[in-house]
Amino acid sequence: MTSYADLIASVRKAVTEISLDEIKRRLEHKVPMLLVDVREKEEFRAGYIPGALSLPRGFLEIQAEQKLPDRKAPIVLYCAGGTRSALAAKTLQEMGYQHVETANPGFVRWKDLGYPMETPPQLTDAQRDRYGRHLLLPEVGEVGQAKLLKSRVLLLGAGGLGSPAALYLAAAGVGTIGIVDADTVDASNLQRQILHTTSRVGTPKVESAAKTIAELNPDVNVIAFKERVTSANVDRIFGGEGQGGPWDVIVDGCDNFPTRYLVNDASLFHKIPVVHGSIFRFEGQATTFRPFEGPCYRCMYPEPPPPHLAPSCQEAGVLGILCGIIGTVQATEAIKLLLGKGNPLAGRLLTYDSLGMKFRELRVRRDPHCPACGPHPTITRENGYIDYEGFCARG
Amino acid sequence: MPVIARIPTPLRSLTGGSEEIALENPATVGDAIAELERKHPGVKERLLDEKGVRKFINVYVGDEDIRFLDGLKTALKDGDQLSIVPAIAGGAGGAGGAGGAGRRA
Repeated sequence: MTSYADLIASVRKAVTEISLDEIKRRLEHKVPMLLVDVREKEEFRAGYIPGALSLPRGFLEIQAEQKLPDRKAPIVLYCAGGTRSALAAKTLQEMGYQHVETANPGFVRWKDLGYPMETPPQLTDAQRDRYGRHLLLPEVGEVGQAKLLKSRVLLLGAGGLGSPAALYLAAAGVGTIGIVDADTVDASNLQRQILHTTSRVGTPKVESAAKTIAELNPDVNVIAFKERVTSANVDRIFGGEGQGGPWDVIVDGCDNFPTRYLVNDASLFHKIPVVHGSIFRFEGQATTFRPFEGPCYRCMYPEPPPPHLAPSCQEAGVLGILCGIIGTVQATEAIKLLLGKGNPLAGRLLTYDSLGMKFRELRVRRDPHCPACGPHPTITRENGYIDYEGFCARG
Repeated sequence: MPVIARIPTPLRSLTGGSEEIALENPATVGDAIAELERKHPGVKERLLDEKGVRKFINVYVGDEDIRFLDGLKTALKDGDQLSIVPAIAGGAGGAGGAGGAGRRA
């Protein structure tokens, strides 16, 4: 029979221990390591070492491969005193992890020493329940979910693209959603604009959208702009003044060229990334513009078409479901930007052909001579935003 | 294997609805557009102005924009795919399509 003392002694011999000072030094010097807190969830919630991932020892074997996919990565485990993390380190070694160290002592001492610690965002029980499937994703987790809840996304248009985007962003718990739309709900919208309902025909779209979102998720604060984006109001809307702060991401679901270009030029001034989506009949395009880091709309298409060559907006028609595909691609991009995870569509134009059911990807490069985001821009706020005229005349 | 030109929806009225046109063996993108014009008159005017490719249309060879290659002189080889991708603005907003997010011009 092996006593507890014998067991621990043999485990300690089999693992590599690391001091708290060494962990602190590595954190300060940004030495790459995966810091893993193996205490229970409740202990973690009361505070943890900055950057640590929570993986309670009870779930270690079950969740290790999912949360620690790289067996060659340097991993540092800690618990409260150093015992549980030593046991966990031995287990990870047995599972084939090659660079595992365990802190001795642990977090209790770390805290006494006054070393830096973080406390996780406090989600309510209702939120923990609602966003449970997000919390299970290491890429989101409580930290990511709290980020989403603090995030602010501005949706241009509560129409075909804005509808699915708004629904998913609201469901995901994006805390503030601004919606810009001057129109009222029309029966002919309902074929694709799934934010709205038959009983709301005739009511302003922003009102209808706010109602739907409130029903879906009371965590979301909707800021309604019942107006069109124009060169006269774009700075006020994008600036976020009096609206609780700047916008993190713009989701562009506009439906005409003049506004697309205005949105581009103003978003560069305000340095807000724009997730672009556009549709025509059975085809859609989506891409993400990150101001001055990637290409902008003018790098991709320097100028709008003259009215006589622009496809007729009124007669074109659109497959309703197409809006769902492109709008949800936009929402996905927005969430990724907010979380700072994944690989956004910056510099890539995703095209979708619903009839052929084909997705393609085309490269978009920054234009070194771009008049809006190049080194010598001519289209600037100081020079006045450009108002293009004459598109999509409603006749 | 010829070069395949992918025709976007707005131009398919000129190609009898075809979304892909096989081109014999154009040496350059400019040749390819000339051949498209011979087969489907009117295409060239939609794609080019006096300065070259119109600024609201992108032409890609494979996944690369010819503006960042050699423009209309970009060489083509057998099996290349030439994609014509015009700017589209629709967000399926308003009743008729002009919608409420932007200005009604």
